[in-house]
Amino acid sequence: MAEISTGDSGGKHKGGKRSKKLSTRVDMTPMVDLGFLLITFFVLVTTFNKPSAMDLNLPAKDDDKEKEDTPEIKQSKVVQFILGPENKLYHFVGIEDIKVDSIDFSASRNVREVIAAREKEVARQWGSRDSVLLFIKPMYASKYRNMVDILDEVNIAQIKRFALIDFSESDSLMMQAAITGQPQATEATNQ
Amino acid sequence: MPKVKIPRKSTLVDMTAMCDVAFLLLTFFILTSKFRPQEPVQINMPGSRAERKIAEQNIMMLTVNNDGKVFWGVDNQKVRARTLERMMTNYPDVQFTEEQKAKFVTLESFGVPFHMLPSLLDDKIKNDDSAPGIPVDSSASRYNRNELADWVFAGRVADNELRIAQEIESDGIDVAVKGDGATDYPKMKKIMDTLVDKKVNKFNLVTALKGGDSAAEGGGGE
Repeated sequence: MAEISTGDSGGKHKGGKRSKKLSTRVDMTPMVDLGFLLITFFVLVTTFNKPSAMDLNLPAKDDDKEKEDTPEIKQSKVVQFILGPENKLYHFVGIEDIKVDSIDFSASRNVREVIAAREKEVARQWGSRDSVLLFIKPMYASKYRNMVDILDEVNIAQIKRFALIDFSESDSLMMQAAITGQPQATEATNQ
Repeated sequence: MPKVKIPRKSTLVDMTAMCDVAFLLLTFFILTSKFRPQEPVQINMPGSRAERKIAEQNIMMLTVNNDGKVFWGVDNQKVRARTLERMMTNYPDVQFTEEQKAKFVTLESFGVPFHMLPSLLDDKIKNDDSAPGIPVDSSASRYNRNELADWVFAGRVADNELRIAQEIESDGIDVAVKGDGATDYPKMKKIMDTLVDKKVNKFNLVTALKGGDSAAEGGGGE
């Protein structure tokens, strides 16, 4: 209780036959205990704030004319990201200069720098940074988290156009070549 | 030496004010919150800086655990009931009793192939990580169908029918994918392909706010 007995209660009136005036004060301590117990319960079992949602628009599939509609894209507008295993991220521009750089998600500022640098280049050549086209190619060994991370970076950089593309055989050859340092081994993959 | 008499002060503290505060807070929490829906599996969502909150209602939630098992759920109970009816016409050889149907309506989310649904509703199978998940691949289904696609389609049709009949207030059901960050990408891709196949080209990825996700987070951020 919130009261410690001081030992002198009623000491002066001992023996007196006067009728006692009962105090109207109610000890609120148990009620406070109960109140906070309930608060704790509600805080723990309720969703305090809802999770956020990230919009993802994927192109509709058309079975009839699959490859025919694929537009040709200028390589000078492109920046490509390959999501690798173990949160690794590789980026390169086009097939001709395969310089695969590995950057890590752990420093997401790096991704931002790569995107910003590429945007600047594209803006210099094409006049507007909105011309940038970002390709995302997740490898089979990558995790869903990596995809969300890179999509998040796309949203932060406000890239207008990006595409999620399957990681292809030629990509994997190119990656291997770039990692082992034999840049000419992938000529077959050009176009 | 004269005795110094220390006046004994009462240690009684008036708890009334504190009680007021406690119940005020309690009222606040009760009014502003809603119960967390029971989830069959624990999902460790990846973080993002997306600030848009997920819609309040009319949500079809595809929960994907870190093994890639898919759990399907719709928040509106009427839509659930109607979806089950539609699914039963797709898979006529699975029979449901009335009790099982009633139980299904209360089920927030589940992850079993259609032929196992009756036993799940009879509590013979656990609806958690040990559940097999909804087949996304026709090879995993007894009926050689992509059952997730059927559920997604049936759910959207059910929502649409009920909306036209004005039994529910809805402006189209939102599809949200709540995946565990550690899920392999190919498994997620299969699910996204399924959605695109069913003409759901726009959907939400449910994420936690950045910071709660430790594995991919390091020196980044502002």
